[in-house]
Amino acid sequence: MSVLVVQGLSKSFGGVRAVGDVSFAVAPGEMLALIGPNGAGKSTLFNMVGGQLVPDAGSVLLGGVPITGLGPRAIARHGVGRTFQITATFGSMTVRENVQMALLSHKGEVWSFWRPVAGRHAAEADALLAGVGLAAQAERATGVLAYGDLKRLELAIALGNEPRLLLMDEPTAGMAPAERVALMQLTRRLATERGVAVLFTEHDMDVVFDVSDRILVLNRGTLIAEGDGASIRANPAVREIYLGTGATSGGH
Amino acid sequence: MDSIVPQLLTGLAGASSLFLVASGLTIIFGVTRIVNFSHGSLMMLGAYIGWSIITRLPREPEWFVLGILLTVLATALIGVVLEVAVLRRVYRAPELFQLLATFGVVLVLQDVTLWIWGAVELPLPRPRWLRGFVEIMGNRFPAYDLFLILVGPVVLGLLWLLMNRTRWGTLVRAATLDREMVAALGVNQRTLFTSVFALGAGLAGLGGALSLPNASANLNIDLSVITDAFVVVVVGGLGSLTGAFLASLLIGVIQAFGIVLVPKITLVLIFLVMAVVLVFRPNGLLGRPQAEAREATVAAPVVRAAPRELRLLGALALLVAAVAPFVVGDYYLTVLTDACVAVIFATSLHFMMGPGGMASFGHAAWFGIGAYAAGLLMQWLGAPMPVGLLAAPLAAGIVAALFGWFVVRLSGVYLSMLTLAFAQIVWAVSFQWVEVTGGDNGLLGLWPPDWARSPRVFYWIALALAVAVALLLRRALYAPYGYALRAARDSATRARAIGLDVARLRMVALVIAGAACGLSGALFSYGKGGIFPTYISIPHSVEALLMVLLGGLQTVAGPIIGALVYTGLADILVRSTDLWRLVLGAVIVLLVTAFPEGIAGAARRLWLRGREA
Ligand SMILES: Nc1ncnc2c1ncn2[C@@H]1O[C@H](COP(=O)(O)OP(=O)(O)OP(=O)(O)O)[C@@H](O)[C@H]1O
Ligand SMILES: [Mg+2]
Repeated sequence: MSVLVVQGLSKSFGGVRAVGDVSFAVAPGEMLALIGPNGAGKSTLFNMVGGQLVPDAGSVLLGGVPITGLGPRAIARHGVGRTFQITATFGSMTVRENVQMALLSHKGEVWSFWRPVAGRHAAEADALLAGVGLAAQAERATGVLAYGDLKRLELAIALGNEPRLLLMDEPTAGMAPAERVALMQLTRRLATERGVAVLFTEHDMDVVFDVSDRILVLNRGTLIAEGDGASIRANPAVREIYLGTGATSGGH
Repeated sequence: MDSIVPQLLTGLAGASSLFLVASGLTIIFGVTRIVNFSHGSLMMLGAYIGWSIITRLPREPEWFVLGILLTVLATALIGVVLEVAVLRRVYRAPELFQLLATFGVVLVLQDVTLWIWGAVELPLPRPRWLRGFVEIMGNRFPAYDLFLILVGPVVLGLLWLLMNRTRWGTLVRAATLDREMVAALGVNQRTLFTSVFALGAGLAGLGGALSLPNASANLNIDLSVITDAFVVVVVGGLGSLTGAFLASLLIGVIQAFGIVLVPKITLVLIFLVMAVVLVFRPNGLLGRPQAEAREATVAAPVVRAAPRELRLLGALALLVAAVAPFVVGDYYLTVLTDACVAVIFATSLHFMMGPGGMASFGHAAWFGIGAYAAGLLMQWLGAPMPVGLLAAPLAAGIVAALFGWFVVRLSGVYLSMLTLAFAQIVWAVSFQWVEVTGGDNGLLGLWPPDWARSPRVFYWIALALAVAVALLLRRALYAPYGYALRAARDSATRARAIGLDVARLRMVALVIAGAACGLSGALFSYGKGGIFPTYISIPHSVEALLMVLLGGLQTVAGPIIGALVYTGLADILVRSTDLWRLVLGAVIVLLVTAFPEGIAGAARRLWLRGREA
């Protein structure tokens, strides 16, 4: 059964249709890539699934349970973890504390006023950090991290929630090509090992073809193609709007 | 029934004055993103300057108009001086420091005005033509009020033309929408900002001068007007001129009818209207959403436990404080007791403001609620001090929970302005509900029991409570709750995405802060033997802000150091000069421009220089 089922999702901003009638599904352990040119509506779609935006129409099912229109908090509680295109982390905390915070929240230990945070779930946090290659940075201030490291930290935070579904909006922006492949291969392994469904966007086509099981192509808010790497590469419509422009490794 | 029309007209006349002040405030905010606390002071100056000019001119109408125009020019000029001397230096500072700097200006201008014009109210002698009446539906209505009613729409129209038909106006509108864009266009931002400030100041001056024939020039104008103006601007939507106009009509009319129908709770009525508007339209009637407060861009420094040296220093200071009664005399013992109260007052504000990210401009409300709770219990039931000290935080916490229900949904400036308005309501209740609160005379006879009456024992009680509160709050901040609260402040988006309930975290912070602050209010009252509405005044709220910001938001020790420094400074100032407001205001402005991270923050930065990775 699919972890995530999206049906007819639509969203407009003041008359401009950002996402129109998009449907797809993601299976456990599957890496589904969502690609499309800038402004195609990828982030908008992510935000509707993650609860940051309320869809105008359509439905979102998580493990068969409707979560359409729920807030981000409730959706997180349903087992959705995410990273943001513009990284969102806790700037006044160390790297380890960021992950500890996620663990505390996940385990329902937030409403405690006495026992200090220091040391709580520290080993677990360090294990997650080691997983994303940040072990050496655990004590550092989040504010001084390089952008690529912030992206890694976001992944560790999201994993602290033991998600069934990971939404990753441009998880490798700001990284060197080799790092990109490494991070996405790590995600791939996590997906396979834990059966986490992963929906991600990515501008680097090499990465996309390398790690994804399936690819969705979004253009001006609508899905124009869906399939594995080979069929997407061969799809004339995709070649025209996307690959034909020569944008094989965009990113910002 | 026949009082409806005159009352309505009175309300509309009041609306015009409100609009003149609020329009300036809202234009300045739109362009500079600064909430100008000193805007009421500019109106006050307008009244005084207007009085000085008009009383020296012949008494014919044309000279009156000339006098008004000269006043507008003069206040606009003062606005230019203010902008160049103070505001220009804080455009890049955090929001709070900007507010604080403009409050420093309020204090300075208050003393300057007192010094130039004296403490006595200055009414404008009214020539015959100003006393004329017009017959409307069988009622005699002052002609001058009718003139005032026209002023509002006329000024709105002129401003509209200015904004929509001139290049300058286009720039102002563009800057209101997107400041960076204007900078990118290569427009000289400095001149734009200065001229905008001059316009706003001129409008305030106009409001002040036009209010003369009905009121008088007095020293209370600044703070009373700024509260009303905040309400109008919040209800109308920050940055929206038309919104300000609609809101001033609404508020003006409600005020006029409220005074007739429910004289005791007019302010409460206005607050309720504001609350209702904000619940349905969180950005005011015509406001647009505020950009999420620069969330990701400014990273607060990492909060770490204080270095060992500092803890030793703290322990040493505590030891000194504990033995102080054996050394110092009674006078200084009172000052030290006040300092203990101040520590609770400041740490409680810091709790919600630093880690909680909710800047309150009305923290004195909780202080007052705690104080009155203890006082009333004593009066009604004869409750002794220990009961009072328990009831105070309870009462303040309960009210904070009610107030918090909708205030935690708001953000940034709106929240600050709403807390201020709320404190004004509490103040008004304490002041106007004479049967219960004793009004201006306050509640007297609130003394500690015999065993605690000696200044020495009372000081120790205060010290113990201050230390206990500071330690408890600190404990909570290093516990998961405190981290979660800070997480919600750092990035509400991320906090929600990991399942944190941001609104509830904030609400609880408000309740904790309110309760702790309520305790300080009760403690203070037992020390002084009485409770007065001044405990809830705006200046008292600002004192709390000053203490916190003096010490710095980023450290737990900050508010404590700030409270001690502030109490010491205030004591020295009040005893050594009559112009303490002037000195204090100037010190605030200087501090804000020199140390945007507070004393403790600056010390910490120096201390940690080179140690931080
Ligand atoms: N909050 C918003 N208000 C108005 N328009 C928006 C908003 N968010 C997105 N849009 C518009 O919706 C469209 C889709 O934007 P979206 O951010 O989803 O694209 P994207 O595919 O993520 O692009 P990118 O690759 O640049 O991240 C764009 O035209 C964008 O301008
Ligand atoms: Mg995007």
